[in-house]
Amino acid sequence: MKIAEWMEKVESHGCYDAVAEMLDRIEKSKLNAYITVCMDQALEMAEKYDRGELKGRLAGVPVAVKDNISTKDVLTTCASKILSNYKPVFDAHVVEKLKQEGAIIIGKANMDEFAMGTTTETSHYGVVRNPYDLERVAGGSSGGSGAVIAADEAVLSLGSDTGGSIRCPASFCGVFGLKPTYGLVSRYGLIPYANSLEQIGPMADCIEDLALLLEVIAGKDSRDSTNAGRGFKFIPDERKLKVGIVKEMGGNDEVMGRFNEVVEVIKQHHDVGEVSMPSFKYALAAYYIIAMSEASSNLARYDGVRYGFALEKLDSWRRYFSKVRAEGFGEEVKRRIMLGSYALSAGYYGKYYLKAQKVRTLVIRDFRKAFEQYDVLISSTMPALPFKIGELADPLTMYKADVNTVPINLAGLPALSVPVGFVKKLPVGLQVIGDYFSENTLLNFGRQVSEWWSE
Amino acid sequence: MVSVEEVYHTAELAKIEISEDEAEKFRKEFESILNYFNILDEVEEDVEPTFQVLPLRNVFREDEPGECLSQDEALKNATHKEEGCFKGPRVVE
Repeated sequence: MKIAEWMEKVESHGCYDAVAEMLDRIEKSKLNAYITVCMDQALEMAEKYDRGELKGRLAGVPVAVKDNISTKDVLTTCASKILSNYKPVFDAHVVEKLKQEGAIIIGKANMDEFAMGTTTETSHYGVVRNPYDLERVAGGSSGGSGAVIAADEAVLSLGSDTGGSIRCPASFCGVFGLKPTYGLVSRYGLIPYANSLEQIGPMADCIEDLALLLEVIAGKDSRDSTNAGRGFKFIPDERKLKVGIVKEMGGNDEVMGRFNEVVEVIKQHHDVGEVSMPSFKYALAAYYIIAMSEASSNLARYDGVRYGFALEKLDSWRRYFSKVRAEGFGEEVKRRIMLGSYALSAGYYGKYYLKAQKVRTLVIRDFRKAFEQYDVLISSTMPALPFKIGELADPLTMYKADVNTVPINLAGLPALSVPVGFVKKLPVGLQVIGDYFSENTLLNFGRQVSEWWSE
Repeated sequence: MVSVEEVYHTAELAKIEISEDEAEKFRKEFESILNYFNILDEVEEDVEPTFQVLPLRNVFREDEPGECLSQDEALKNATHKEEGCFKGPRVVE
């Protein structure tokens, strides 16, 4: 549902009734898209709106927030048992911004545990189901944030994207999702998994809504030392672009069939060429090594002492920490922490971690060369249609599903997933990649593509 | 090749207790994943690594006292606490 459609409903029925109806839909939903529903707070805010006391650019608009983004006094679990009792004592920067603009936080969206996954199957709270086929996944790791937009269980949502975690569920749920340039949105209050790769970003049902949410959350914040200190303003722009198809980013016949159809439409309006990125052969391995290494360091903080899941009896520190972490973490999280510890351990640092950071340089070089020639690059967001639940049982097979999305995070570039209709009744997404801080170009191009495609 | 001993050693480094069954399962998975990572052996050595994509160096703030959490807030999420302090496990064995 678009903000404009929601506001029509609010005008005719009042915000309280509109929110109550949405909460009712959430309660009856089979998607499992929420970990926590903020029922009382949401209704209270809706009443406030009806009394004319809620002001701002998002006044009265229900927003879902991924459960790895801190919300004061509201359970924030990262979909992990180890944080299953954790209530932050502060708001994330982006949550402060939502509140300042009058948004109604309707709930905390389900996700892969600590954002480690591509299907939301690693959540301690169970898998999120695809709104278009309940036997299939909604994508991940921001699976809940994607599903709620498609199913009208929120109007806007926030996700986080470490290696495709906004774009994958956007593609699988047929909605818009943007991974902003690294540093555009403050990560203060985002529970960290892989700091050098991840960004918080918006998800929505149309480009205008996506742009508005980005305008609200982007900007300077001194509490994130990697913040770029710049904001965002959406400006309509219809100039002719040079569009490059990335040869190394492919997919199976189902998604590539649709991709090629979309390319034909784009060719009627823009100049389209092809570009080759030789370093992408190494991008997936480099991405996983960096993400796992950063995870092993970041997740060292979970020891059952200051917050989170604890054992009743305090033991010697070695045994206590090892037992808390054995019980508190799920399998995929353990796998990534351990592989990260391995990659950083003596004797392997040069072979894995340092090598991966060298690949990052090569990936950035390839992108830089491509953007000398093209304004935007395009590919299929995902190499396949939404997977069946349980289809990607082997970890390495799961990792390989991220092949088209991870190079963007290695380089810190922005990328958008635009819904381009359905194949076999399942949504397909087009990935649009831009140069640093070119979000405005991406959103304008995305708006054109979605208009042409729905014509 | 990854040995079960290496898996146990890594689990100890990561402070995660694992069972025998888990160790064997992880061993197999690590082998296939690390085998895939070995593709990086093809990459030339003579490249500067990039640890961070933004051209930022040493971001400091003014060293001025600001608001901080109260003792109650800081302890709010702890299970084990005593006399206004966190209570941790024994560190001397």
